[in-house]
Amino acid sequence: MFGNTLVRAQRETARLPLPPGEGMRVRAKGLRTWLLALCLIAFIPQVEAGPKIHHWTLDNGARVYFVETHELPMLQIRAVFDAGASRDPANRAGLARLTSAMLDEGTGDLTADDIASQLEGLGAEFGAGIDRDMATVDLRSLSDSALLDPALELFSKILAAPSFPAASLERQRAQALVALQKDMQSPGAIADKAFYRELYGDHPYAHDPQGDESSLKTITRENLLAYHRSYYVGANAWLVIVGDASKRQARKIAERVVGHLPAGHAALPIPLVRALYAPRQKQVAFPATQTHIILGQPGMRRGDPDYFPLYVGNYILGGGGLVSRLSMEVREKRGLSYSVYSYFLPLRKAGPLIVGLQTKNTQRDQALKLVRQVISDFVAKGPTEQELGAAKKHITGSFPLRLDSNGKIAENLAVIAFYGLPLTYLDDFISRIEAVTAGQIRNAFRQRVHPDQMVTVIVGGGR
Amino acid sequence: MFDNKFSWLLLLSLWLPACSQTQETTLANGLRVIVKQDHRSPVVVSQIWYRVGSQDEPEGITGISHVLEHMMFKGTARHGPNEFSRIIAENGGRENAFTSSDYTAYFQQLEKSRLPISFELEADRLQNLTLADEDFRKEIKVVMEERRWRTEDQPEAIVQEKFMTTAFQAHPYRHPVIGWMADLESMTAKELRDWYGRWYAPANAILVVVGDVEPKEVIAQAQKYFGQISARSFEKAKEVEEPEQKSERRLRVAVPAEVPYLLMGYHVPVHASAGRGGDVAEWEPYALSVLTGVLDGGQAARFERELVREKKLAASIGTDYSAVARSPGLLMIEATPANGHTVAELEQAIRAQIERIKKEPATDEELKRVKAQVVASNVFSRDSVFYQAMQIGRLAAAGLDWRMIDDYPDKLKAVTAEQVQTVARKYLVDARLTVAVLDPQPIGKGQRRMPRPRGGGDVR
Repeated sequence: MFGNTLVRAQRETARLPLPPGEGMRVRAKGLRTWLLALCLIAFIPQVEAGPKIHHWTLDNGARVYFVETHELPMLQIRAVFDAGASRDPANRAGLARLTSAMLDEGTGDLTADDIASQLEGLGAEFGAGIDRDMATVDLRSLSDSALLDPALELFSKILAAPSFPAASLERQRAQALVALQKDMQSPGAIADKAFYRELYGDHPYAHDPQGDESSLKTITRENLLAYHRSYYVGANAWLVIVGDASKRQARKIAERVVGHLPAGHAALPIPLVRALYAPRQKQVAFPATQTHIILGQPGMRRGDPDYFPLYVGNYILGGGGLVSRLSMEVREKRGLSYSVYSYFLPLRKAGPLIVGLQTKNTQRDQALKLVRQVISDFVAKGPTEQELGAAKKHITGSFPLRLDSNGKIAENLAVIAFYGLPLTYLDDFISRIEAVTAGQIRNAFRQRVHPDQMVTVIVGGGR
Repeated sequence: MFDNKFSWLLLLSLWLPACSQTQETTLANGLRVIVKQDHRSPVVVSQIWYRVGSQDEPEGITGISHVLEHMMFKGTARHGPNEFSRIIAENGGRENAFTSSDYTAYFQQLEKSRLPISFELEADRLQNLTLADEDFRKEIKVVMEERRWRTEDQPEAIVQEKFMTTAFQAHPYRHPVIGWMADLESMTAKELRDWYGRWYAPANAILVVVGDVEPKEVIAQAQKYFGQISARSFEKAKEVEEPEQKSERRLRVAVPAEVPYLLMGYHVPVHASAGRGGDVAEWEPYALSVLTGVLDGGQAARFERELVREKKLAASIGTDYSAVARSPGLLMIEATPANGHTVAELEQAIRAQIERIKKEPATDEELKRVKAQVVASNVFSRDSVFYQAMQIGRLAAAGLDWRMIDDYPDKLKAVTAEQVQTVARKYLVDARLTVAVLDPQPIGKGQRRMPRPRGGGDVR
């Protein structure tokens, strides 16, 4: 948050951990990238309606989404490409992330030093990151044209013609390998990676977006150039602009930022996710005081017809902070865990349903049994009317909090854009939530959630 | 991790040009109420800050402020356990609480018309907390799980904790906010009741409200809900002054890990300790902020440019200086060496950077960049209603006047290269330095990932 993070983590300790989903993004580089898109799980709308969204398409196929706000003299720009980790070629896991991380390492005659000095000298902020579906590249600048124009100029060069210097690639590769090593000392990271591997098998969502030691070592500069050529193109691009610009200015900005990208081709569809038909359990011994447990299964895709019942149902099961069933049973009644949660992470194809907690090693079996029981019970019986009413009140009542800054509006627009949700998505959100019935939730959970066919990952314990 | 290269800027940008939209009043019982208008969205954030944190805790009950923070959700005579959270949730609100060495704070974010709900609940738990033995027995287990999650199983967090016990030998900043495990294990509900009784007085609290509200109405509502709480005196903790360090301190922390890690910290002043007639001039914390920006304020700054990109000694590096705190603190640098380089090499390179800035002044370009970032982040920080409240609350909790916001950009722009050099020479010296090194041990089977007592790092 404000300031120091290392020591803030030490010095400041909170009652609730970050909501699941936040901070999950793989950070390529720069400011705020890890805060980026992953409000996905709880994509909640505004009081009456969403902001007025202007939408148009450029000649090269890039789709533009613009919201005009003049209260602050700033502009938030997010370019999105269908170039997330699921596009990593076989044996090149980590290519999407490295490409993203290398964008500001050079363009034309400009070096990484030049780019950084120029952007930061303008007070602008640059960031780039990926998740399993998308690559996002962000620019935040004051709207004063003396600052904005040169920042846009640089941003467009970075997007269109990164030079991927060989020496930078070696450094980035080395840094990525250190990050992987650090993950190996974190039971949480080990559990997360094992979960996706077990759940997705040979699907492109299975691998760690950071890559692995052997894949990282084989990635070449030519791979980056080819990847960029294929995926950072108009047909594969969305551009979000929020802030202090007129519609006319926004049109110019869009042309300038992504209009000169080659049209290229839209990325091919990624494969469907196979359902699990039997439970799988993966246990990793790790010398920690706590055991990290993750359970889950394929969940849903963006735009899924059951999205609303599953979303509201999950709020009741484990999404609603300290008032969810999982939190009440595991934490409030028994003190078994600081953090316990469930969420759907809707992706282009079926993203996961994830249930997680950490507890001291000796309580592992008790906690696991309890969590399974809470899930089974919810799937079998669904929510009570009272729970449903409370959930709807929360979700509809918190609508304005979802869009109370340019930054949040941009994040939401990026999701609408990338996943092709209707422009009225935010306007309709409240009525869609209100329309959900307890019966729909029960049916959707019974049909879609199978407590006896889940992946269970257990990391810790040692013995 | 200081993984946010702009984080220091967010601190700098506490100084929003905000005064005209901000009003303050103090109720008869001593509660301060600060209201800032931001009419961009129909939302409001309400935060209540208590000036009690881990630095107020005596040995033996470390972590009690944070445990009390957890217990504040366990109900009053009027609202049972977890009712607070349930009511806020049903009103579309988000809430949480956080504890630091300097403060304990609670917040709710709501659609603007629901503000009185937050006031009613907050005023109730300020005075009527139940603190039942049975609730405590369950919640202390949650806090112990939190400690395991945050610290015990995280090698770098262990180093940070040991580091603080070494850098501070008298001042309670040496204690972890979450408390030592042994103190949590022996803590009692009675101790919590005493702690609550001592510190949760209106005159020790600051209510900060930011959003689409009218200050007059907010103050009237605050009067209605908080005004009836009777005034209570409270006993402040005795202020402890950290004795002069005299010579460099070092510690090696050997724990199972994969990657080495370096943490360095210099004792430095903060705004609260500057310009009060002592030997710390009022401008010095501003100069330290600019210094932090020159060294590590973004990808163009010296550490990233030279240590990460040019020399490739560091895989990552971050610098942290918080000028807003109740007591003098540390300017800290954390770093992970690139493979093929040692922590010792990296430390030498960082020290060489620090010597360099003492000898050669920062260039005009560097200062211009830092100042451009300050101007921009001043605007960017206003994009978040929540963050604006945080800024006011942190200043007020540190005992500073939030009105210093007004001239902050000018104070910062006035910092000269010579002043940056002066504070570097005065404070970034060996006699103020503590260095901690994580010495990774094999993550073997059956090994307990627990810190072993070693060197100056351990207190228990």
